Order: sequence, then C-alpha cells, then structure tokens
Amino acid sequence: MTTNETLIKVEGLEKSFGKVEVLKGIDIDIKKGEVVCIIGPSGSGKSTFLRTLNLLEEPTNGKIFFEGTDITDPKTNVNLHRQKMGMVFQQFNLFPHMTVLKNMTIAPMKLLKLSKADAEKRALELLERVGLRDRALSYPSQLSGGQKQRVAIVRALCMQPDVMLFDEPTSALDPEMVGEVLEVMKSLANDGMTMAVVTHEMGFAREVADRVLFIDQGIIMEQGKPDELFSNPKSPRLKDFLSKVI
Amino acid sequence: MKEWFSNWWQGFADEFKLNFIDGDRWLWLVNGLKNTLIITFFAVLLGIAIGVIIAIIRSTYDKNKDTMRKKGGFGYAIISVLNGVCKLYLTVIRGTPVVVQLLIMYFIIFASSTNSTMIAIIAFGINSGAYVAEIFRGGIMSVDKGQFEAGRSLGFNYIQTMIYIVIPQMFKIVLPTLCNEFIVLLKETSVAGYVGIADLTKAGDLIRGRTFSAFMPLIAVALIYLVIVMLFTWLVGKLERRLRNSDH
Repeated sequence: MTTNETLIKVEGLEKSFGKVEVLKGIDIDIKKGEVVCIIGPSGSGKSTFLRTLNLLEEPTNGKIFFEGTDITDPKTNVNLHRQKMGMVFQQFNLFPHMTVLKNMTIAPMKLLKLSKADAEKRALELLERVGLRDRALSYPSQLSGGQKQRVAIVRALCMQPDVMLFDEPTSALDPEMVGEVLEVMKSLANDGMTMAVVTHEMGFAREVADRVLFIDQGIIMEQGKPDELFSNPKSPRLKDFLSKVI
Repeated sequence: MKEWFSNWWQGFADEFKLNFIDGDRWLWLVNGLKNTLIITFFAVLLGIAIGVIIAIIRSTYDKNKDTMRKKGGFGYAIISVLNGVCKLYLTVIRGTPVVVQLLIMYFIIFASSTNSTMIAIIAFGINSGAYVAEIFRGGIMSVDKGQFEAGRSLGFNYIQTMIYIVIPQMFKIVLPTLCNEFIVLLKETSVAGYVGIADLTKAGDLIRGRTFSAFMPLIAVALIYLVIVMLFTWLVGKLERRLRNSDH
C-alpha cells in the first residue's frame, strides 16, 4: 500500500524534559499508506516520539512536516493539522460523561460543522464496522477494555484523518481482548490508512508493518522491513531486546 | 397535668397569634424569605461565573507556565498578569469578613446607589466567587490529563477542550463541595440586614422588636433556613445520582 508521497517528514527531532534528553535527533519520512511500527525498550523515547508527531509533546529542536507544512512553526495552526491526525491512547481516554455516539460525533460536529444526522450516520457506520453498533448509546464505563479501545479508534476515524497514531493501544488490555483490537487495526492497514504504531506486539509488527523502527536511547537504532529486522538484527541492542521479548 | 397542658397550649397559641397573625406579620417572613432567596440565587450565579473564569485562568497558568515561559512573548505576559490579578482577588476576598465587604460595597463603592438588593447580590457573588474558584480549580486539576490530550488530539483548541470535555467532568467532581458552598452562602446572606435589606433574618428580628417576644420569630427563622437547606441537599443528592448514571 505504500506510495511515494511523503506524509510526515521529521528532521533532527530532539526533546528534553528538563535536563533529561529523551529524543536525541530523529530523522524519518513516513509515506502515505505506510504502516510503521515503533518498538523499543521502555524509557527509550518511542512514546515521546509518537506524541511529538501531533505536538502533544513540543519538540525542543527539529522540524516536523505534515502534508508539506512545518507544524513546529509557531505560526502554524496546529489544531487544524491535528484534525487530520487521529490518535489512539494506551488508556483509551474516552470521554466518560458522553455516550459512545456522542464521543464520536462531538468533534465532527463542532470542528467539521457536520450536521447531527450526518455525524451520527458516519459514526454508526464505523461502529457497525467494528461490531459495536448496538453499544452506540452506552457509556464508556459500561464497555470492556477491548470495546473501549475499538470505540477510541473509530472516534478518531470519525474525523477522517490522513494518518493514525497509536500509542501502545493494547498495553492496557486483558490478553483475551488484545486480538479484537489488533483485528481492527489490521483491517485499517489493509484499507490503506497511514499508521504509526508504538507497540509491544511483535507478532502484529511482523505481520502488518511495512517498516519497523527500533528506537533506543533516544535515537532510531535500526530500521527496516519486519522480516529482515526480526530475523536478522544487526545492532547488539536490538538482538538483546528481541531475545527478551520474543 | 391536663390543666398544665391546656395552659401551655393557650400560651403558645397566643404567642403564635401575636407574632405571626396580628398585623399579618407572617407576611414579613414571606417577604424576607423572598429577598433571601433572590440574593442567594443571583449571588450563586455570579459566583459560578466568576469562579469558572478564575479557575480557568489559574489552572491554565499552573499547567502551562513552564512551556509558555520558554516561548515567552505576548501570551505569557497576558496570562501572568491575569493570574496575578486573580491571586490578589482571592487573597483580599478570602482574607476579609463578608460583612465588611458588604458594608464597603454599600457605603463606599456603590454609595450613590439605593438598590441595596443589587449591591448585596454583587457583594455576596464576588465573595462566593473566590471560594468557588478554588473549588473549580481543584476540580479541573483532578480531571485526568488524558482527557485533555484526547480532546486536543481530535483538533479542539484549548478553550474548546475545556468547555466540552474538562469543565463538564469537573462539575461532577466538585458537586458535593459546591453544594456545601451554596449552603454556606445562603446562611451568610443573613447579614444583609446590615445594609437595610429586609431578608429573612432581619424580618424575624423586626417581628421580635415589635412584639418583644424573641422565641417564636427567631425559632421560626431558624426552622425556615433549616428546611431550605435540607430541601437543597435533597435536590443535589438527586442530581448527583443522575450524573452518576454515566459511571455504573
């Protein structure tokens, strides 16, 4: 599905929290339609990297271009660009005071000025696709973890984003619920969605990713096609990491 | 025993008639209650409005001062000044008695106005706003950070995220504390008599001055306050249960 059109371009990205340097210079292009999985030990900076892509973390240095626009430029209205970048969190972060349907329709209605009917139609179609149409009027607290995460994914999709960012989407789930969320992500990838996924699910990365990044100590230590990277790791750090997780 | 009771009953009935029936003095209480409720109601609205604004300014400053200071510029200057003004307001209002604030409003700031009810609403509203602001700020800070991030990631700006996502959740968190603040406010308006407003307390006291009988009017006033507070507590309890529907 990967095309030649660059969707996200990251140049010399650095991020420090106080004196702690978390990202020490990351350069990467993500093509339209590409599925990039980001793996690495905890504390390596992989989540921070993902969160800088939509500026939830402001980079200390470096530039991020999204669809050709430098979003790190203070003059850029980052809110408009975030509408095109869906994000899914480890802790779901559904809005607990709204029904599933309202969770999904509030942003399209307020930001894209969709009518209530159009927004609900779009939301119900997406819910249908992930098998949760009958839960439209439930509150998040009435759903299982896997259901919550599927709702979180389709909530982001309601904005019809050009890229989806996943921050350890299955790490907070009970093991028997991981599969249902990965299925949804897989079908999304098959539909040609551009995805950046921070994950510990090596099976998923191997099967779905077009490219895997191994981030360690704040830099991209190694990257490549999943087959090469997993079966023939070059750096000792990656060898060590894979021996622990697989 | 029977005779004692009938004497007591007769005395009670006479007292009751003297204090409430004669000269339609019960109407004083009704009118006083009306003034108390009007002042409380509008002071609550004013207090919430002031409280929300100050809480947003203060929590915005607390959460973003580090990143904003680094960037510097106009935004940081504005928010710093606003935060300073809010802190000054909180210090002054919480550091002085409400009666003194009411007297200053009446005799100094609005000396030329004769609308004492309006002045009382403003004085009590400004007073309550300081306490409500701190309640709201605590509520905003305790809404999970992920909620804010989820809102921003969908493309909402800071203010929209506050309005649609954070503030509604904050109200649920602070409801019991807020209810308590309003009960306090309702009772605090009993000092409105200082500036010549015939509120409920003043009405009871006027009756006492007229009939030279303290027991009936003052106990009646106390009971009316008590019933209103109980009614209000019951209503808030119902509201809380309804809001809790979303987290079974």
